[in-house]
Amino acid sequence: MSYESRPVSARYSQNLRNNLGGRLIGILLFLCASVTVVTTIGIVAILCIEGFSFFAEVSPIEFFTGTKWTPLFTSKGFGVLPLISGTLLIGLGAACVALPLGTLTAIYLSEYATPKIRSVLKPMVEVLSGIPTVVYGYFALTFISPFIKEYLYPEAGPYMAISAIIVVGIMIVPIVASISDDALRAVPRELREAAYGVGSSRLEVTTRVAFPAALSGIIASYILAISRAIGETMAVTVAAGARPNLTANPLEAVQTMTAYIVSVSLGDTPHGTIEFKTIFAVGLTLFFMTLVMNVISGRITKRFREVYD
Amino acid sequence: MSSENNPSGVRSGLGSPDYRTNLAFRHLKGRMFYLLCLFGSLVGILLLVTLINDIRQDGFSYMSKHFFTNFPSRKPEIAGFHGAIMGTLWVMGIVAITSFPIGVGAALYLEEYAKRNKLTSLIQTNISNLAGVPSIVFGILGLQLFVRGTIGYGPAICIGEQCGFGRSVMSGALTLTLLILPIVIVAAQEAIKSVPPSIREASYGVGATKWQTVSSHVLPQAMPGIMTGMILALSRAIGETAPIIMIGALTFVAFRPESPLDPFTAMPIQVLNWISRPQAAFHDLAATGIVVLLVTLLTMNTIAVLIRVKLGGSSSR
Repeated sequence: MSYESRPVSARYSQNLRNNLGGRLIGILLFLCASVTVVTTIGIVAILCIEGFSFFAEVSPIEFFTGTKWTPLFTSKGFGVLPLISGTLLIGLGAACVALPLGTLTAIYLSEYATPKIRSVLKPMVEVLSGIPTVVYGYFALTFISPFIKEYLYPEAGPYMAISAIIVVGIMIVPIVASISDDALRAVPRELREAAYGVGSSRLEVTTRVAFPAALSGIIASYILAISRAIGETMAVTVAAGARPNLTANPLEAVQTMTAYIVSVSLGDTPHGTIEFKTIFAVGLTLFFMTLVMNVISGRITKRFREVYD
Repeated sequence: MSSENNPSGVRSGLGSPDYRTNLAFRHLKGRMFYLLCLFGSLVGILLLVTLINDIRQDGFSYMSKHFFTNFPSRKPEIAGFHGAIMGTLWVMGIVAITSFPIGVGAALYLEEYAKRNKLTSLIQTNISNLAGVPSIVFGILGLQLFVRGTIGYGPAICIGEQCGFGRSVMSGALTLTLLILPIVIVAAQEAIKSVPPSIREASYGVGATKWQTVSSHVLPQAMPGIMTGMILALSRAIGETAPIIMIGALTFVAFRPESPLDPFTAMPIQVLNWISRPQAAFHDLAATGIVVLLVTLLTMNTIAVLIRVKLGGSSSR
């Protein structure tokens, strides 16, 4: 007897009701998931709407090529390059700190550490990214900057890019260490054993077999870490100063894009003015810089995953 | 085998002096590299120790009962952290209430309900990209969407005179909810993934519906993992400064919020306010505030680890 030919029993109609309820729950859960999509649409819409209304008054050419950023002064300059240079100085400087340290940590964790040491060291390294950034800012301002001023460079002011670079660099070490460690551990054991079998030392296995095999994952972690450094806000606001400064000298005060946005929102600039709209234009620039880096990093990670799965 | 006995005269065999000196050099190089890696992994830890020591030195000079009961003041000796603590509690309460159901719901959808199609992979990609958006950009979103109730184009959402939630606890909490949602979702997904399929099959086998299976078998099993992820996400939100500065948390608040629509300050904001003053006494106050902040974070992380260790054991049989 086929299922359809049976009479519609009470049990069947109860099932049907359950199905309807199940579908409602499915829709509800889908709405939860779509909150994240709406968030992204909201971010892009807000940045674009207010950003474009900024670019209707200030030409993008002036914005992206000008070297004078003084939107809050009477003689206004809308050249974002000093902010971009400050951001890149901090981002690349932090990379100089974090990439070597993070890579060495990852190699130590995956190639040398015993499981016991690993289980202690890895959480300790991860703590570095769990500390609130305003705490790093405090440390940079009250410990690192005075230290540099006293022992290394007495002419420096209270704010300098270098102390922000150091703390932001340390803050992103766990990103490099953790993702690179995963990438190194994903390299198949057979590759290492083959290299040991032909007489390689551990150093040679690490640098000539494991590291090259994990390179794409490691590079993905580098890009992600730099993107995180560029988006970092509070430590640079506190330690690097508030002066838009087109310089590559880490001992001077600089202002990053994030620090500028904070300084406007802390001030009393009225909403709707061209001065206030600058934060959307700067935010749009920042958003796309980090987005491009994150997407590239994600692509590389995906490709490297496919190799060994 | 020594080189004299080597008929071919090749001096690179296993026993040759060349090989031996080379091997010693290779071992030395290996040893140096090992030490370099060890040193590299310790630099961050050393800096962490210095940081904690620096804060420990300055952070207890103002630690007293007054610090927890007083509001901020121009006089450092009577200034307190009360408003900031209450503000943080208010904000975190609302963040927990909103992010938990939305985050778990989204994770359940992606793991249990969604078909493996383009839309699902779009949502998944979007979540991982959202996790990489700088927190200050979330602040800009919150400033427009929640404080002013508009996306900048078209009408604002207003109730009477009031448009949006204003510079209130609610705006701050919703902004932070959106910020930590990707973290909550990913953690919940991992927890749900780790529930063995056999449990679902057993439930379906006795005739349970999908929702019955999910709600009475998958979720309870995944709950320790979800709670751990939730607590870690909340501890991230507690330390976030930039987004709630953007939505206009006040830096000098001499009252505590009484409702979600009241203005507020929060622990990291008060700390920032004290850091930005030139007098050294306020820097010590900031350090005291940082001690409270770090102890809170440490407690939360310990609870998260305990949940994972205690309850995690039963689900990962």
